Amino acid sequence: MGAGHAHALYVHEHSAIHRIAPEAKLVAGLVFVGAVAGTPREAFWAFGLYAVVLASLAAIARIGPGFVFLRLLTVIPFVLFALLIPLVGGGEQTVVGGLSVSTEGLWAMWNIIAKASLGATTSILLAATTEIPEILRGLAVLRVPPVMTAIASFMIRYLELVVEELGRMRRAMAARGYRPRWLWQTAPLAAATGTLFVRTYERGERVHAAMLARGYQGTMPELTARRATSREWALTSAFSIVAVTISILAWTFR
Amino acid sequence: MVGGSLHAPDGFLNAGTALATGIVSAGSVAGALRQSTATLKDKQIPLAGLSAAFLFAAQMVNFPVVAGTTGHLIGGALAAILLGPGVAVVMVTIVVVLQALAFADGGITAIGYNVLNLAIVPAYGGYGAYRLFRRLMPATSAGVVASTGLAGGASVVLAAMAFSLEWLFGATAPIPFDTVFGAMVGVHLLIGIGEAVISALVIAAVLRTRPDMVFGARDLDRSQLADTTRIRVRTFFVAGLIITMFLAGIVSQFSAEEPDGLVSVANQVGIDLGEPTASPVFADYAVEGITNESVSLTVAGVAGVIITLAVATGLLHGMRYGRSRKDRPDPVQPGTHS
Repeated sequence: MGAGHAHALYVHEHSAIHRIAPEAKLVAGLVFVGAVAGTPREAFWAFGLYAVVLASLAAIARIGPGFVFLRLLTVIPFVLFALLIPLVGGGEQTVVGGLSVSTEGLWAMWNIIAKASLGATTSILLAATTEIPEILRGLAVLRVPPVMTAIASFMIRYLELVVEELGRMRRAMAARGYRPRWLWQTAPLAAATGTLFVRTYERGERVHAAMLARGYQGTMPELTARRATSREWALTSAFSIVAVTISILAWTFR
Repeated sequence: MVGGSLHAPDGFLNAGTALATGIVSAGSVAGALRQSTATLKDKQIPLAGLSAAFLFAAQMVNFPVVAGTTGHLIGGALAAILLGPGVAVVMVTIVVVLQALAFADGGITAIGYNVLNLAIVPAYGGYGAYRLFRRLMPATSAGVVASTGLAGGASVVLAAMAFSLEWLFGATAPIPFDTVFGAMVGVHLLIGIGEAVISALVIAAVLRTRPDMVFGARDLDRSQLADTTRIRVRTFFVAGLIITMFLAGIVSQFSAEEPDGLVSVANQVGIDLGEPTASPVFADYAVEGITNESVSLTVAGVAGVIITLAVATGLLHGMRYGRSRKDRPDPVQPGTHS
């Protein structure tokens, strides 16, 4: 599981894309990424078109390219893996820069790098234009079980707090000279993690008691009953149709 | 260290595999939800949410490994032992989905296989392994701690095996199953040692202060829990190493079955002989390719059986608990700690 990013990617702006209801954006994002993943790898131009579509979306949402590129770094481990494929892959060989590499491997490398970065860019744009509570509300509208969205919203609400608590514990340990370098020096850190669990769990008990005292019935009141309007659905559907059309064209004229 | 970065991006496995794993994952998570409704009655939702936040935070702790390099907890098995396998599957799924949607970590179309490898297989498989090891260990705190460690390590290896099996069906690159299996399981045996040590130590810390919180230790009474024989980290490290050697021995047994040493070596350096090609240089190897394939099928079959058994064991234990839970008093009374 990817290591630590407690900070959401949301960028505060007032663009048209920020305003679209989350459920419509989630569906459009899923369709777009699905279309990208299903595109044949030989159709270079299709991937170029997808990139143009995403770049114009970013421009409308006023998300800078620097922001996107920085966040794209999470796919680097997979890019490194992809770079190895032509070297270890089998089959027909081509010579590139004095190295004999697998042709099939080169295709596979391109395929993974292109789809992974387009997919990650879509996720970044979605997260940059939609606040997390909104994403959860969108998921709830899309019939994700309410238990899951409720747990997720509590998780998000207390995440910063728990991470800060962990930070305080680590600072206290560092202040007392604990700087572990080897696996067998890990015990105090693991004990601190165990303590963090106990503290978090007990906080959960207190939070629940406090909620009961304020009349909690098992469901959180919904503060905004806003649903995607037909205009918003039309906009996002148009976007999805563009993506699917590119994918279909790519299968036809690859 | 890219510890357990099974958090795959979009397009890593082919569309069919993404879809199939998506359906399997959705079904399993629905089952886990039903299984944990007893635990997740409205009252427990804030608790589960905070526990999920803990899991997210715990994955951010950089544990030292060797000479200052660090690795991090994957935590599926630990969560299952702390909170029960059904709840753990729900929680880790939430973490994986939110990481894809809100933190751009892991592909949206890869959610199916990421949930399978990071939530379902480690939580159910890890819990199954935990129950198995518990049977072999004394019914004391030390037994719980040791079993947690072994289950934590096993869960990482199971996840690596599951990923290799998915690669067998949905590979997007010409790397044969054997190479991927060998590399993934080999690397994750090492990662598993770290996971084992950390999971065991975390459980030990919780058992010392609030043993009532540990789902996997609810069958023990006070006197059994009070029996705290300390387990040294170094002992654990050695035990982990022995298990690793044992597993590595089994895996290498499979490659030893290969008739031709050259094929085996070629596989190790990553040259694919599995695909017959038109080139006369490779014509000779096409025959070897068939035996090679049958060996990988054996490995794949054995790995599949192990994963299925472990996951089924975890699932059964979760279900048994879900049914009998209503008769028991609630272990945690809200508001007693403030």
